[in-house]
Amino acid sequence: MAKVLLKDLNKSYDGNVHAVKNVNLEIHDHEFVVLVGPSGCGKTTTLRMVAGLEDITSGQVSIDGKVVNDLAPMDRDIAMVFQNYALYPHMSVYDNMAFGLRMRKFEKPDIEKRVKQAADILGIQPLLARRPRQLSGGQRQRVALGRAIVRNPRVFLFDEPLSNLDAALRVQMRVELKRLHDRLETTAIYVTHDQVEAMTLGDRVVVMKDGVVKQEGAPLELYERPTNRFVAGFIGSPAMNFITVRIAEGEGGLWAEAPGLRVRVPPHKTEALRRHTGQSVVMGLRPEALHPANGATEYSFDANVEVVEPLGSEILLDVRVGDAPVVAKMEPSMRVAAHDKVRLAFDPMRVHFFDAESEAAI
Amino acid sequence: MIEGARWKKWVWFYLPLGAFILGLLFPFYWMAVTTLRPDIELYRPWNSPLYKPFWTSQPTLEHIKNLLYETLFGQWMWNTMLIAALATIISLFCGVLAGYALARLRFRFAGSLGTVIFITYLVPQTLLFIPLADIIRDYRLGDTPWALVLTYPTFLIPFCTWLMMGYFKTIPKELEECARIDGASRWQAMVYIILPIALPGILSAGIFAFTLSWNEFIYALVFLSSPEEKTVPVGVVSELIRGDVFFWGPLMAGALIGSIPVAIVYSFFVEHYVAGMTGSVKG
Repeated sequence: MAKVLLKDLNKSYDGNVHAVKNVNLEIHDHEFVVLVGPSGCGKTTTLRMVAGLEDITSGQVSIDGKVVNDLAPMDRDIAMVFQNYALYPHMSVYDNMAFGLRMRKFEKPDIEKRVKQAADILGIQPLLARRPRQLSGGQRQRVALGRAIVRNPRVFLFDEPLSNLDAALRVQMRVELKRLHDRLETTAIYVTHDQVEAMTLGDRVVVMKDGVVKQEGAPLELYERPTNRFVAGFIGSPAMNFITVRIAEGEGGLWAEAPGLRVRVPPHKTEALRRHTGQSVVMGLRPEALHPANGATEYSFDANVEVVEPLGSEILLDVRVGDAPVVAKMEPSMRVAAHDKVRLAFDPMRVHFFDAESEAAI
Repeated sequence: MIEGARWKKWVWFYLPLGAFILGLLFPFYWMAVTTLRPDIELYRPWNSPLYKPFWTSQPTLEHIKNLLYETLFGQWMWNTMLIAALATIISLFCGVLAGYALARLRFRFAGSLGTVIFITYLVPQTLLFIPLADIIRDYRLGDTPWALVLTYPTFLIPFCTWLMMGYFKTIPKELEECARIDGASRWQAMVYIILPIALPGILSAGIFAFTLSWNEFIYALVFLSSPEEKTVPVGVVSELIRGDVFFWGPLMAGALIGSIPVAIVYSFFVEHYVAGMTGSVKG
């Protein structure tokens, strides 16, 4: 149980590749924080600096108020689960799990008790005598988790632990991980490139790009109130639609205009957008904020259907508005075919605007 | 795979395979046959009524007896064994540590150091023995087993280092990182995790090093002079070729018996050895 604090954390390699830039992050006791971002965004490097596997170029990592920059990994009282599991191939499952305890000079009966207990939690007691190569992917994953939990460390670190599993197993292990965290309540830092994993697992999600934290917050907060275009596009599936529009003064307020599209700027955004009058901004609409329009309202536009993707629980429409591609998520009962014309309306409370230059939310 | 016509398989597979096997095994066969031939078939065979070029109908153990009782062959075997074993142990120890350091520790010049070590392996022994002879004389090691135990590592260490470096690179570094998080020091992680996994590689390097020292000729020829200090390759050649007389029978017997330990070493570790060559570790 511990609090982890990252202060002005920087990592550069050989003075030219700046992998992590001024990361500040406070992770509370019991919290499950997910670092998410595209590959090369610095999330794994950040995690490895917390683990002590990577030197810190500048800044501080502290665990429970104690700066650990110069502590060896073994002295930080953490456990880490790796993407490739990193099970010791020459040891049995039992020995894999007991290794950390033996290194820390635990008594033999205590080791046995802890390993049995962890194996119970994870349902791997029948596998204790086997070698890692005799296990399936999911079983290896459980052993890797078991090896992390036997020591009862202050912090868990996860480095994309589910990405080597097939899709069905990934969903199952995701649920198990969440259950495990509810039960153990150990502070956890989890790295993934999968935004679905990030949203479902994290108490708090930190979105990174190019070594910089773009936004941090509760999953739904990131979804509903992204502070920049990158987060808006990264969180949510299918991704948010972006249309470049011009803001123009018109009858009774501001209007957003683009070829084939003219919609009213919702009243709660009018104030902020007024100084962008006559300029281009980026309008963001989530596919799930779109629905078929009842007549020509101020919050609707015409679209040409290009592709229809019936997924059963929903229909995805790939449409074109003017020349901008837009994806819309529709009720499965909708009857529509390619090359149809449809009129789509959006919820005025769910429209986002971003500065065209800085990409910050307006 | 679709095989095609049967004759094609014969022409493209069995025939070349047969030629290879014949080419590789014939020298051993010739060695064995010559060992067992009586002298009359070896010298002036046209005088021998029962002479067959590839076979002998009157096998004899005379040459082996001659080799074992008339020469110091037993002593040579013991010398060779001792020197090869000691040189292998020294080279493996240094090679494993150096290979680990070059593969895993990030320090300046690690890459260029690896290349330099490799280059030292490329310096031909036929040049290197000249300065080495000087050193051996200065330290008064000439004509002792130490002359070879200490000079063989000059080519065995670079060899083992390179082999082990390649092997260590195939072991995922997460294993070691995980061990270090689990509470092991760098040294403990190496001893408990990396070395056991690298065992096939270590065995391969050891077998190669042992064979190279067993077969080594030029250093042994230059640094040893008394008959009782010699190794098998040098002893057999210098004591069984007198002037221009070749004692073919004992020579071949010596070569045959001398190659047996190497053959045993190979076949004993062949499984590990193959694993070492393919070098795969699956987490």
